[in-house]
Amino acid sequence: MASAKKQRISWQSMNASSRSLDQKSRAVNGVKNTLLGLFRFVIIVGISYVILAPVIGIIAHSFFSRQDSINPMVFTVPINPTLERYTMAVKYLDYLPILGRTLLYVFGVTLIQLLICSMVGYGFARYQFPLKKLLFGCVVVMIVVPLNTIQFPLYMTFRYFGIGSNTVNLLKTPWPTVILSVFGCGLRSGLYIYIFNQFFRGLPKEIEEAALVDGAGSWYTYFHIMLPNAAPALITVAVFSIVWQYNDSFFANTFNISDSIILTRKLDSLINVIANAEKILTISEQQLYFDAGVVLVLLPVVIIYLVLQRRFIEGVERSGIVG
Amino acid sequence: MSAAKKRKFRLNYEQRNAMRGYAFILPWLIGFLVFYAGCLFQLVRFSVMDIKIDATTGTRLDTFVGFDNFITAFTAHASFKQVLTSSLIDMVIDLPLIIFFSLFVALLLNRKFRGRALVRAIFFLPIILSADAVGSAITRATELMNNGVSAQAAEMAGGGAVSVSYYISLFGDLAIPPTILEYLVGAVNRIASIIKGSGVQIILFIAALQSIPGSLYEVAKIEGATGYETLWKVTVPMVMPHIITNTIYTLVDRFTTSEVMRLANETYQKYNYGLSSVFSLVATTATILILGVIVYLLNKRAFYYN
Repeated sequence: MASAKKQRISWQSMNASSRSLDQKSRAVNGVKNTLLGLFRFVIIVGISYVILAPVIGIIAHSFFSRQDSINPMVFTVPINPTLERYTMAVKYLDYLPILGRTLLYVFGVTLIQLLICSMVGYGFARYQFPLKKLLFGCVVVMIVVPLNTIQFPLYMTFRYFGIGSNTVNLLKTPWPTVILSVFGCGLRSGLYIYIFNQFFRGLPKEIEEAALVDGAGSWYTYFHIMLPNAAPALITVAVFSIVWQYNDSFFANTFNISDSIILTRKLDSLINVIANAEKILTISEQQLYFDAGVVLVLLPVVIIYLVLQRRFIEGVERSGIVG
Repeated sequence: MSAAKKRKFRLNYEQRNAMRGYAFILPWLIGFLVFYAGCLFQLVRFSVMDIKIDATTGTRLDTFVGFDNFITAFTAHASFKQVLTSSLIDMVIDLPLIIFFSLFVALLLNRKFRGRALVRAIFFLPIILSADAVGSAITRATELMNNGVSAQAAEMAGGGAVSVSYYISLFGDLAIPPTILEYLVGAVNRIASIIKGSGVQIILFIAALQSIPGSLYEVAKIEGATGYETLWKVTVPMVMPHIITNTIYTLVDRFTTSEVMRLANETYQKYNYGLSSVFSLVATTATILILGVIVYLLNKRAFYYN
């Protein structure tokens, strides 16, 4: 009996000690969590500053008037803000017409990329055929060996495009980009094919089996059943493709695509055009016009990104693009 | 008999399936063979050629010169060797920094906290701001903003605000090997370029972290693993295959924007086509070799969940 009592006491004391331990650890945890939260906050603010600082700088400078640009006391907030930089940049960039053509070009190429890359990815994911491993290896080669390596042969291909002696010069037109995209060799097509392949492999096979039993052909199955189900991957690739194609300078420079189609190329010559036309000689003031031009050029793609942003990240998370 | 003959030409299910597969990948297959493989072959051919384009008629004249271009590149050219080695070294140095940084940020962003959507939107901005055309403006604005308001004020007041080299020498007194110290100082100096270069990698890592089954973390918690142990025993092994994906992506990305590719591009714009082909050929081969070694080493340590 004595031993039973002793046991009870020791059990109680153990219980009490564990409770106090629990309290202590909870307090420690609370401190730890606060510290971790603080640490995370500091890091996030710091990195965000590194990313946002140039953006803030550019936007601020695009509103500077001449006095502000000379005044050493003005750092980011202009004292006499002006919209003159923007009116000039819009005028000399020929902004709206060229933006329209650029967006047409970018969206057109993106649509082609989506269609072709999803088709190829689907073919690799769902069908068995001879040499499949080798061919998929070629897709990986396309990712690893960038188009930059074959820049000069590509230039030659489209400088003398055609068979034998019947060649056309396709430079300065958007056709090289379109042709390459149609044949699955566009800007980072290898990566997109890879993403779609991963995504389709993750979809349950039963969907297609049901479609097959119901008498759907493989094209019908692909267009009416698989593509609508591939929305997360489509959004992911669409955002990548729009942003990269819009920012691309490789295709634009290699094929010398006319700057009446590509806004970023027009931006390259903006400083010189404005300096000559408006007789602006100080470099610091020329830069202000360029800053306004940069804001104008980046604005559409930032808007597109912000609109698609939430669905894009969901798409990345759900499409398992890396699995 | 005619029925039997007919049956001979009819494909069985497997063959029909294979034909459908080929039909799906056909556009890419043609493109790959004609443009990609064709251009790679052309690149090799051009590298042993001397190419001249007549400016007025546009006709091309190729003459076979053997390994002359290679010999020029490695012995006579003023800067190729230095540029090649320095860009390769830069790629290898930046790689671990970018991988660790993007994994770290992905872990940070993967937790739920207030304002996460905004923070994510900010962190992926560098992908949008990566356009070459706006690059000069961004660099200039970075320099302008880098020092911040306080530095500007300090500059105007005269006299330096903080002597960084003094603090660095303090670490030297702690007997940290100078090479490691230099690497870390270099890493801090590169932080802007590392942040700029890791937007896509962060996205890939977030996707990877989301795909780790939650049950693994539950098990780890029940077994009494600390957060630190969970990170190294669960998270890192699970994202190892994605580290390989990210390594490939990072190396290729760094390669396309490297100095040596810029040199090749400049050479080709000076109508020196053969030499330019040699530059891209050598640089690409070297990059692929490095990539192969790194991926091989990582692959040995990788663990595939399914």
